[in-house]
Amino acid sequence: MTNKTLIQISNDLSAGIYSSREITQDIITDIKARDHQFNSFINLSEDLALEQAAAADARRAVGKAELLTGVPFAHKDLFCTQGVITTCGSKMLENFIPPYESTVGQRLLATGAVCVGKTNMDEFAMGSSNENSYFGAVKNPWDLNAVPGGSSGGSAAAVAAGLVPAATGTDTGGSIRQPASFCNLTGIKPTYGRVSRFGIVAFASSLDQAGPMCKTAADAAVMLNAMAGFDPQDSTSMQLELPDFSADLEQPLTGLKVGLPKEFFGPGLDPQVADCIMAAVKQIEALGAQIIDISMPNLELSIPAYYVIAPSEASSNLSRFDGVRYGYRCDQPQDLMDMYCRTRAEGFGTEVKRRIMVGTYTLSEGYYDAYYVKAQRIRRLIKNDFVRALSQVDVIMGPVAPTAAFDLGSNTKDSVAMYLEDIYTLSANLAGIPAMSTPAGFVNGRPVGLHIMGNYFAEAKLLNIAHQYQQVTDWHLQTPASNGNKGA
Amino acid sequence: MALENADIEKIAILARIQVTATEASDYANSLSSILMLIDQMQQVNTDGIEPLSNPHDASQRLRSDQVTCDNQRDAFMAIAPATEKGLYLVPKVIN
Repeated sequence: MTNKTLIQISNDLSAGIYSSREITQDIITDIKARDHQFNSFINLSEDLALEQAAAADARRAVGKAELLTGVPFAHKDLFCTQGVITTCGSKMLENFIPPYESTVGQRLLATGAVCVGKTNMDEFAMGSSNENSYFGAVKNPWDLNAVPGGSSGGSAAAVAAGLVPAATGTDTGGSIRQPASFCNLTGIKPTYGRVSRFGIVAFASSLDQAGPMCKTAADAAVMLNAMAGFDPQDSTSMQLELPDFSADLEQPLTGLKVGLPKEFFGPGLDPQVADCIMAAVKQIEALGAQIIDISMPNLELSIPAYYVIAPSEASSNLSRFDGVRYGYRCDQPQDLMDMYCRTRAEGFGTEVKRRIMVGTYTLSEGYYDAYYVKAQRIRRLIKNDFVRALSQVDVIMGPVAPTAAFDLGSNTKDSVAMYLEDIYTLSANLAGIPAMSTPAGFVNGRPVGLHIMGNYFAEAKLLNIAHQYQQVTDWHLQTPASNGNKGA
Repeated sequence: MALENADIEKIAILARIQVTATEASDYANSLSSILMLIDQMQQVNTDGIEPLSNPHDASQRLRSDQVTCDNQRDAFMAIAPATEKGLYLVPKVIN
């Protein structure tokens, strides 16, 4: 059923082939039957979803349906959902029921979309494999021995497995694009400030952006149309006219200038992944694009800069979890200090504590300039690289990750090895530019994504390119053998 | 820069995270290797480069000082671990 795209389901609902209530019920039944293999959901909101579906059917009956009315989707479990547990993949928020809805959630609900549940994720979005979840690792539907990527690994696995047609994700250093690449999905991280962060549990506030994870670029455009837009409740939300992200999908790519930075193809990149990417670039060239070699000399510095800025901002953001106002509180605290220290020791997992401590150190007296301010200066060098490159070319392409999905457990012992996995994705967050992954082939049965990065607010251009590429390729149409369809 | 267990204990207090002696050694190892990774930055000349804190170099947008939503104290206090008469309860602070 849900090997269908979001737009196909929308069309079926319009044609009256089934009701939203019927497909929502089918999806929930399917998740209950199959998700034990993937562990992609933390919670289902069955009753609420069926109410939303009934409301969507009623809305359709009076001729007020929009594209997303009645279409089921899932939220990464860090979008606050009013009245529905929002765990952020953490014991700290295991029983947290937000009293309000995120702006993204409100916008999706306003279209009549139906939220069936909350997807698994690395705790507080810190991770690149979804192995840091308090609720257990997520498995990649393409290969149950492989990670789905992270931190939006549950959203990626749920869509790839055909459990839902679309899911929300967030991307602080690649957390939409890398799992999209590992699970054969189309995922886009919009420009910083394009999508409101209000009601999304904060990780690193100057880097976090939410975006959709779908099967196709056309689906992603529909989701982004609903999710994006100015929000007075997010002080970093950009007050700009919102384009229709679907409007330019059919534009030809004639004359498009594509930059290939040599730093994205250096040592460390799996040669088979490089082959997939170069084949995809050739096809885009055949669609009329001009390929230009460029250089992004500061790319490698994105790892040290990111792994100062993100933990620093995280240590500040996560100081709110103190056992006083919401979330976990330790048993029988001796005094206030004991309550803080044990609540946080017991409520957070190892990687979260590690990053809080790194950030605490880099922000501490005597180290602030050497680490945090230094990282911010390097951040500007990285942004300058993009500004320079994007004055020569329209978009930049390369791999999303150095390898296809790695085996579960293969990187968990060494946090630095895991951090190096993020080499190609971090720079877009540091610069704040939009970037996406679109399916571009397979290595040993595991998917590979093509990374497309563009200028500020050029999401429509990125989606246009991915859509045109998807018209001449069928990678995005492949589904895992476990979905009951043909595999790759 | 390599961190000792004593450094970790200091950081843990600042971070308000209880750390056992065994954990302190583990964190000393993993934080030291992370610091080695981020110390690559020190080789880069950033003289005259302004720090970038917001990708658009934007500053916080301010709003007028007006009430914009209803009092939701009850809803927000309902999810707290311990409350009484509109107050959050914590262990005794003053003897």
